[in-house]
Amino acid sequence: MVTIQNLHKTFGKNQVLSGVDLSISEGGIFAVLGPNGSGKTTLIKSVLGMVIPDKGDISVLGENIKKNSEYRHKIDYLPQIANFPSNLKVKELIKMIKDLRKPTNEDERLIDLFKLEPFLDKKLGNLSGGTKQKVNLVLTFMFDSPLIILDEPTTGLDPISLIRLKDLIKAEKNKGKTVLITSHIMSFVEEISDEIVFILEGKIYFKGSIQKLKTKTNQPDFEHAIASILTDNHA
Amino acid sequence: MRSRWSYVYFAFYLLLGVVLLFLNNDLSKAVITLMNVIIVLVPLIGTIFGVMYYYNSQEFTELLLAQPIKRSSIFLGQYLGVALSLSMSLILGLGIPFVFYGLFESSAIWDFSLLLITGTFLTLIFTALAFNIALSNENKIKGFGYAILLWLFLAVIYDGLFLMTLIMFEDYPLDKVSLFGTMLNPIDLSRTLILLKLDISALLGYTGAVFKQFFGTSFGLIVSFVMLTVWVVMPVLRIVFKSKKKDF
Repeated sequence: MVTIQNLHKTFGKNQVLSGVDLSISEGGIFAVLGPNGSGKTTLIKSVLGMVIPDKGDISVLGENIKKNSEYRHKIDYLPQIANFPSNLKVKELIKMIKDLRKPTNEDERLIDLFKLEPFLDKKLGNLSGGTKQKVNLVLTFMFDSPLIILDEPTTGLDPISLIRLKDLIKAEKNKGKTVLITSHIMSFVEEISDEIVFILEGKIYFKGSIQKLKTKTNQPDFEHAIASILTDNHA
Repeated sequence: MRSRWSYVYFAFYLLLGVVLLFLNNDLSKAVITLMNVIIVLVPLIGTIFGVMYYYNSQEFTELLLAQPIKRSSIFLGQYLGVALSLSMSLILGLGIPFVFYGLFESSAIWDFSLLLITGTFLTLIFTALAFNIALSNENKIKGFGYAILLWLFLAVIYDGLFLMTLIMFEDYPLDKVSLFGTMLNPIDLSRTLILLKLDISALLGYTGAVFKQFFGTSFGLIVSFVMLTVWVVMPVLRIVFKSKKKDF
């Protein structure tokens, strides 16, 4: 599905990714974890072509992404912070994104699911953080693409929306799609993901199931397993 | 945001055109006054709007980048959106009052069209330069500062330096040098073009005669327009090139 080979990226003097090799197979939910500033977002943005890597190759669905923009038709991306143009109305934004990609009716179901009807005629600049995130989710899930990338999807969501989001992600997985998630909420990751990828200091430190991580670190639960990796490497 | 300001800009030119025509009561004189305004104001507005638009739409740009659209189309689209709407404001804002005043029966029509053409060129050039500056500077304050400095340099300081050089080397034949120097600054080039078209080159003395010999011919006119086109194409190419390598 996604293959990354020897990916390097520096921002100024700050080496963010130093030789990432990763291959993600088709179907299932993959969680990308790591401490703050470990390069999770940079990795995801490289896959999307928003960050241009210094070295290395990325291919999505067998296509090399260099000098290519068509492959993004097959990706739904949820950005970390919902930065929308503040003078647009919610309705206008949804319509515009549909015009850019392809017509879909899925948005009506999602708007209903997240109870967004009362906000459709409001400007994006006047919405609360959580509501913006819901709009963000609608924009991401309304297209039926085989690869879904979610960067911190839980930010600002209330408990009921969080439950709906989990159901939504599971439903997408059952359709055979590949979902890539970054999150700092360990309970969310533990509940939802099939496999985790742990990034540390610009490299892949661990890839495998949660069970495998627990055995490797000798810890009874997931949260402590992650914590033990961090203390072993930083303390 | 963009559309509201371009209406204000349009209204400003409309007002300027009407006022000048009433005060001067003569088309050619109004064209000369307009030239002085356009030569300074058009680059300034192009620069400021270009930088402002780029920084204001950054969030929107990031949203577009994750969509299946080519980077060059995103940035060229934004550039053309700003530059063309500014040009339209200029052309319509000045054109409407002049047409109503009876431009088409007047001999000033060519002078006036030249004025609008150079005005459009200047808009395209300075908006492109502004986009270049904004693309290379993440820091908004720095970007704005550089953009204003660039405008100040080309509109004012360049002339000063140019004059100083001419005075320092006044013992040498300078017509070639001054011709060349004029070509390298789009603002100077536009000013000279319009001045000579208006047939007031006598004001410029001997150099004016050399200029007249050069710019007055169709060859000179073509060379000048080629230069202005180069001034548009170079920064636009850099926009495409730079945007392909930028991280977001």
